[in-house]
Amino acid sequence: MIPNHQITYKEEANELLTELEASLLELEEDPSDREIIGRVFRCLHTIKGSGAMFGFDEIAAFTHEVETTFDFIREGKMAVTGELIGLTLSSCDHIRSLLESSEGGQAPDQSHGESIIASLKKLAGNVRDSLPAGSPKEVSEPQEAVHDIPGAQQISYRIRIRPERHLLATGFNPILLLNELREFGPCKIVAQTNEIPALQEIDPEKCFTYWDVVLTTDRGINVIRDLFIFIEDMCYLSIDIIDDWTGTSENDPNGEYRENHKKLGEILVEKGDLTSDAVMAALSAQKPIGQLLVEAGVVDPGLIESACAEQEHIRELRRSRQANETISTVRVPADRLDTLVNLVGELVTVQARLSQLAALQNQSEIIAIAEEVERLTEDLRDNAMTIRMVPIGSTFSKFKRLVRDLAAELGKEVVLETEGAETELDKTVIERLNDPLIHLIRNSIDHGIEAPDIRRAVSKPQQGTVRISAEHSGAQVLIRIADDGAGLDKDAIQAKAVAKGLISSDADFCDKDAFALIFTPGFSTAEKLTSISGRGVGMDVVKRNIEALRGSIEIESRKGAGTVITLKLPLTLAIIEGLLVKVAEGQFVVPLQVVKECIELTPDDKSRSHGRDLAHVRGEIIPYIRLRERFLLQGRVPEIEQIIITEARAGKIGLVVDQVIGERQTVIKNLGKLFRHVEDISGATILGDGKVALILDVPKLVEAEVEVTQGTYVH
Amino acid sequence: MSKSIMTVDDSTSVRQMVTFTLREAGYHVLEAVDGKDALSKIQSSPIHMLITDLNMPNMDGIELIRNIRAGSTCKFIPIIMLTTESQVEKKMEGKAAGATGWIVKPFKPEQLLAVVKKVLG
Repeated sequence: MIPNHQITYKEEANELLTELEASLLELEEDPSDREIIGRVFRCLHTIKGSGAMFGFDEIAAFTHEVETTFDFIREGKMAVTGELIGLTLSSCDHIRSLLESSEGGQAPDQSHGESIIASLKKLAGNVRDSLPAGSPKEVSEPQEAVHDIPGAQQISYRIRIRPERHLLATGFNPILLLNELREFGPCKIVAQTNEIPALQEIDPEKCFTYWDVVLTTDRGINVIRDLFIFIEDMCYLSIDIIDDWTGTSENDPNGEYRENHKKLGEILVEKGDLTSDAVMAALSAQKPIGQLLVEAGVVDPGLIESACAEQEHIRELRRSRQANETISTVRVPADRLDTLVNLVGELVTVQARLSQLAALQNQSEIIAIAEEVERLTEDLRDNAMTIRMVPIGSTFSKFKRLVRDLAAELGKEVVLETEGAETELDKTVIERLNDPLIHLIRNSIDHGIEAPDIRRAVSKPQQGTVRISAEHSGAQVLIRIADDGAGLDKDAIQAKAVAKGLISSDADFCDKDAFALIFTPGFSTAEKLTSISGRGVGMDVVKRNIEALRGSIEIESRKGAGTVITLKLPLTLAIIEGLLVKVAEGQFVVPLQVVKECIELTPDDKSRSHGRDLAHVRGEIIPYIRLRERFLLQGRVPEIEQIIITEARAGKIGLVVDQVIGERQTVIKNLGKLFRHVEDISGATILGDGKVALILDVPKLVEAEVEVTQGTYVH
Repeated sequence: MSKSIMTVDDSTSVRQMVTFTLREAGYHVLEAVDGKDALSKIQSSPIHMLITDLNMPNMDGIELIRNIRAGSTCKFIPIIMLTTESQVEKKMEGKAAGATGWIVKPFKPEQLLAVVKKVLG
């Protein structure tokens, strides 16, 4: 609940007025008591200052005049007289009536206030006249930073920040200032450390470092200067323009020309006077100018470093500018990209074989090549994946129309807000996400957002909001669909589930479990069907679609406040990071995304848990599944087994395996029609030695296990 | 752990507004009614930043800043002065005492947060 600052202010002002009156009467007794004068001034000052903060401008303006008079008295320029006390007491009454009028009381006579001020001014007449223009203290508006026009041209600045040694004693952290500069645009910062004394001589409370910054930004020089407002008197600051859009600047009129001119060696080679090898040999013997200068002792290495950083920054800038000017995008048919990704997938497989072979042969040269190929393959894979990434924004914009039409059809007022439209996801994921998202938005508008009259009745804004946002979270993308509608009704859901015979009537569900019921096929609590939703064929399909994308879906909801549905999706579908494990003769891949940790399962642990499949991990009891038993694998059980602790929808659960082999990039191959109904396996991959490893579908595996366990209890 | 900021002001409404704004932004906020109160509270619970009014009974803002900079607890924390007096001398007096920066009243919550971010990160 937002506190009402105005009400607090009024209470406070009334208290201050009471104190003010008491102080004025005291002051009348002893007109020279400086402490009382100070108290009166403070009361007026607070009434004025806080009044201006909370919108009582008239009070602030009036009190300001009275305060000014008391400022003169405080400074000994005026004496306290009976007339002054009388006028100030009338001022108190006037302020009080201004306060009352803000509560709906009768507005005080404005001329009354003006006449008080006029009399006060008359009393202070001589003092006021002697004051220079601009004083006394004016209530000044905070200055707004001057922002440049967006899209203005990019300018590169060379900035030197050299704080005075005692800067740190004012509590100012210069690093934060550098971070602020970084937010303005591409920026290279070099800390100059040549003035830092030896450790035994250093005063840790002093700042000996200074900084050279090269910054490219569309902000103007004054905006940059504004950043230094708190330390401008404690800091030597120089800001020079070193490059503007034209490629030339005041300091470097020949910038472009110098970038483009041919070097001596190039001319000699072109004329056939010298071979390029000879030039290279001569150049390698030549020392860079920076090194020569440092060796000559004329300049500190840090300063050379900052000059090189500036040079590099400008070079990069011009290069990217040039690239932007020539080609910005190339359109490529999507199937070519698919082919590329498939080929990269094959390459990853072959690379795995090469690495394995190299390890087997144990020849350092082959191992070196294999490592190089591995690194390149990884880069290539990442690169190929980013090519397929497209921003989700295009999908978002389609929903605007959907929301508008649906709202009109249902007689509701709904606005769609989107956030994170630039978030990139694999093209295939975005395409397959379309239907589930449409369904979720429909649900929000149809079941979530209430009709305008109902919203008004519960003091919500008449217009409902559906908010769809996307953000990256590690190797996943989180998509949220949030509405400020009625929220899910846990009791109604449970009642419906009981009526449909899905749960027993005495079952006690937490919110999360109750909400999960809406994913049951054929479930719907809508009172009547609309053309949009309510047939209960939706949420289970949504869930299936999301899980087919190896994603998950979560619901949070508060009755009356709204619902948030969160979809967690992998960035890409084709390749995953996996943990390769071995059970008997079989090899399996557990997607790394669900793996939390690996621990050992010793015979001691087994005997301690009395035959139940439970592991104790730092005080937490985690159930585990024995893959050997689950997949009916034969073979000797090793003395010490390994538990892979995974975390999926149903919480943490362990998978017991014989051996953990290690992390692998895993190219997912579909299992084919014949195995379509195998539930615990989501695909397969070919290992370096040509063998096939099955990729475990951990959420399904856990789900099936829970069903089996619950079934057991029933029997 | 969220950072602790102390707001020192004899005006309840300003204190309330500052406290509310900072709490909403996730900071832990302590309140003091004047310089003396602030100094004694800092001894028992150190803070990361202080926002103080200048005109206060018992001990004013300038005196408070001097005391903090001269002491050992929280000696290097950022200190922001709240001032209605935009004129140079008061600001300079505060700066000389060791204030990090200032905010001119009246100010909006977002201006307060911008300054806090600037000096506290």
